[in-house]
Amino acid sequence: MNDTFKLGGREFKSRFLLGTGKFKNKAELKDSITASGAEIVTVALRRIDLDQHEENILTYIPKNVTLLTNTSGARTADEAVRIARLAQASGQGNWIKIEVINDSKYLLPDNEETVKATRILAAEGFTVLPYVTPDLYVARKLVDAGAAAVMPLGSFIGSNLGLRTREFIKVLIDEIDIPVIVDAGIGAPSHACEAMELGADAVLVNTAVAIAEKPAVLSKAFAQAVEAGRAGYLSGLPAQKNKGDASSPLTGFLFE
Amino acid sequence: MSGMTLTINGQSKTIPDGSSLKDAVALLCKDPRLVIAELNGAIIEQTAWGASALNVHDRLELITFVGGG
Repeated sequence: MNDTFKLGGREFKSRFLLGTGKFKNKAELKDSITASGAEIVTVALRRIDLDQHEENILTYIPKNVTLLTNTSGARTADEAVRIARLAQASGQGNWIKIEVINDSKYLLPDNEETVKATRILAAEGFTVLPYVTPDLYVARKLVDAGAAAVMPLGSFIGSNLGLRTREFIKVLIDEIDIPVIVDAGIGAPSHACEAMELGADAVLVNTAVAIAEKPAVLSKAFAQAVEAGRAGYLSGLPAQKNKGDASSPLTGFLFE
Repeated sequence: MSGMTLTINGQSKTIPDGSSLKDAVALLCKDPRLVIAELNGAIIEQTAWGASALNVHDRLELITFVGGG
């Protein structure tokens, strides 16, 4: 079945995106990327710690993997734009995940500032993937602003609560023409599978893999779940019923 | 005592007089190739580091990639 994932003018085989934060060590990160076959990973930008000389994280990310730099730390559109331009200056590409958060309790994104940043950066030629709370009006504005995809949250970042916004993600899948990548709160392969069965184009997972006892085992499981969910969606899943419908014939019974 | 004091990554640091941005990065950073530099609010491309003189009271940000979601 030819089911390539088209995103930002490129084609990918994998619909599983992996975040690189919170891993206990960089070897586990590298193994998780390899085990899952993820072709796109998120990274962040921070000040270099001048007192420590750590190995750079890019050393642990295979060269053929696409970097999606997030604008974490940004509290406004302007801060997100600054981070994106810094990322571009690195020469590592211009794919940007817009993450504008001014709430340290729930880590909910500021949809309005995200739309603003999307418009500015898309006009400058960035491939923009905005992270938002699922909202149809916001999603339409993001399409208009030039976003390459929309990334609705499933639940709070790092919460592992799964698709608490399921019905609202479905609205975006049904009404929005650009790819829908579910991001945040996916805590188990079943959550990822569920998102893909709904019709999502891809999922992004970070915390669940990074803090698992066996990250590479879990990241592979996630990748398998994403494939299974996608195949389920493409197969035409049967509708649910609220009564029984026999699986075995209703004629030729052995007993009168 | 020679040396000029400027703010690097929010901290006061003293580096040799006459240092260029390229000199500062070589002095302070393990892998210059993966460093992004912003001087007084302006991004300086790596090719221009050698020609960028640093001055007392400059605000320099040396940034790189880290893990993130």
